[in-house]
Amino acid sequence: MLYDSVFVFPNFEVERNYERCIVCKACVQQCTFDATFYLPYRGRVVSKDTNCVGCRRCEAICPTGAIKIRRYQGEFKENAYWTPRDLKDLYKQAEQGGVILTGGGNDRPYPIYWDHILLDACQVTNPSIDPLREPMELRTYLGRKPDRVEIEYNDEGEPELKTRIGPNLVAEVPVIFAPMSYGALNLNMHRAEAAAAKAMGTYWNTGEGGLHRELYPYGDHTIVQVASGRFGVHAEYLQVSAAMEIKIGQGAKPGIGGHLPGGKVDEEISKTRMIPVGSDALSPAPHHDIYSIEDLRQLIYALKEATNYEKPVSVKIAAVHNVAAIASGIARAGADIIVLDGFRGGTGASPAIVRDNVGIPIEMALAAVDQRLRDEGIRNWVSIIAAGGIRNSGDVIKAVALGADAVYIGTAALLAVGCTLCHKCYTGKCAWGITTNDPYIAKRLNPEIAAERLTNLLKAWAHEMKEMLGLMGINAIESLRGNRLRLRAVGLTREEMDILGILPAGA
Amino acid sequence: MRQIKRRIYPIEENCMGCRLCEVACAVEHSRTKDPIAAFLEEDWEPFSHTVVEMMGPISFSLSCRHCDEPYCVEACISGALRVEDDGRVVVYEEVCVACGMCVVSCPWGAIKPRKRNGVVKAAKCDLCPDREVPACVAACPNRALIFDTALGPGLEKVEEEEIIEG
Repeated sequence: MLYDSVFVFPNFEVERNYERCIVCKACVQQCTFDATFYLPYRGRVVSKDTNCVGCRRCEAICPTGAIKIRRYQGEFKENAYWTPRDLKDLYKQAEQGGVILTGGGNDRPYPIYWDHILLDACQVTNPSIDPLREPMELRTYLGRKPDRVEIEYNDEGEPELKTRIGPNLVAEVPVIFAPMSYGALNLNMHRAEAAAAKAMGTYWNTGEGGLHRELYPYGDHTIVQVASGRFGVHAEYLQVSAAMEIKIGQGAKPGIGGHLPGGKVDEEISKTRMIPVGSDALSPAPHHDIYSIEDLRQLIYALKEATNYEKPVSVKIAAVHNVAAIASGIARAGADIIVLDGFRGGTGASPAIVRDNVGIPIEMALAAVDQRLRDEGIRNWVSIIAAGGIRNSGDVIKAVALGADAVYIGTAALLAVGCTLCHKCYTGKCAWGITTNDPYIAKRLNPEIAAERLTNLLKAWAHEMKEMLGLMGINAIESLRGNRLRLRAVGLTREEMDILGILPAGA
Repeated sequence: MRQIKRRIYPIEENCMGCRLCEVACAVEHSRTKDPIAAFLEEDWEPFSHTVVEMMGPISFSLSCRHCDEPYCVEACISGALRVEDDGRVVVYEEVCVACGMCVVSCPWGAIKPRKRNGVVKAAKCDLCPDREVPACVAACPNRALIFDTALGPGLEKVEEEEIIEG
């Protein structure tokens, strides 16, 4: 278009039906990417397709259904090797000479192992359970379990537990909201997560940006993160929490730190993160005090010491090639919970090349870690949380059967409150009001509505999980954990099935 | 006499300024009540009684407050504005002479002259008598408008307050 670079090709086109458009300008007001304009001299609303990111906010808000966002119809010459996305990215880099940023999770067509795994069900010889008639338990304890339990009898001859059991988190649903920082998300989303976690008896995670003081009352349901930038970490922050998490890596960008642009650091974020207003919040790639398992042990015990050994400590790592050995080290370093974040995990901002090419699938990492810890006889030392691309309750059940104690949902939680996966989180202009701190745009996320939607999502998943447990004849999710005999593979190679530890369908 | 106070309250923190309340109001007060016809085809100009006031990150939808002691009723020279038994402040159009006194007297700017079929009359929020919940409240996608149907003061029994959120 006029004045634009000739190398810019749109990804989407905004199709507006002028027979339906009533020129209410709601779309103009709601578009945060300047893709929609009102031209007073024409009396019409028009679009600039090159600016459209495909978030579909205008389509959702239009009162007459006049707008359709479509994939750009104009096509490059067909090429099975160079995709339009490759071309556009290359043009953009040739123009700007920079790293291409993105948000969200890996959207490339790598294999999805969840979709190659099927669940078992009871027929004739082993009765299934009706979850509506019989009790069904999803309660999950997260933390270190003792190697053996000793019982002693008191003076009245009654048995008492002699073994001291370490601190455990109790989640009524084994689904926890993934770490997403205040800064990447706005306070409204944190409010909603906290309220939903409390309502459902589960937990939410602050991410590395600290915990806003307004949310301290939700501390019992909050996992606080200590990441490489140490933003917002202080004694009270640790003490108010239910558990602490050391973030080593993130599935979307393993080995890469974080960067919250200074422009996003407003008064409240500055107070919460404990950095000056307008300064960039740079999280280093590694923790500069953790270069070994021994160093990690020091930090784990520093956190435990700071909280009087009353709270479990979790360590979050990205799923990478030798994840099983690393997880074993983490368990031996004294962690109570290990979080594995697969390559589908999302991010607020990451170089696209890293998001799309680094890490391994969570299914493989989870199976490998669970097997390694079992082989070493230390599986009870830690709980495993699987994260990175959990899409539905089926994925949760499969993750549990592969060896997870619970799962994190990040992208799924954002989807529940309106996200359409346009992957523009890094711009800070999220039209759905989720990953923005612009006070005007952030108002679009009503924390009350968002909390209701998150609660509904967890309720729905809990119902579905109970159904699936029931059909397998299991009445508590703890009985399914690591029970890979209830899984069968379709369309996987022998090596893949060996790593996943599951049999092929029919076997 | 039972006096039910019915009011629409704007919630500033939730208003995102999409103006769908204005669209809904205009549609509800059109001839056909059809969104597309109301704006594109009818002979009546689309007219909204509620107005979204915006300044920077602050916005909210403002319509008639249905005051207990309305200035507009006091100012009306023809007796076209009255307070109904249920607390609504209503324009009797057949009596209105379009003098504009109510328009200038309303501290909220909630009354505007509306021209229909060539005749100008005072127009203001009527709390959508044909609907259970006013159109603006029902259309708000972010619960920035609340419809409060509490009983007014001075009554023997206060029933449970019903709040419908839009």
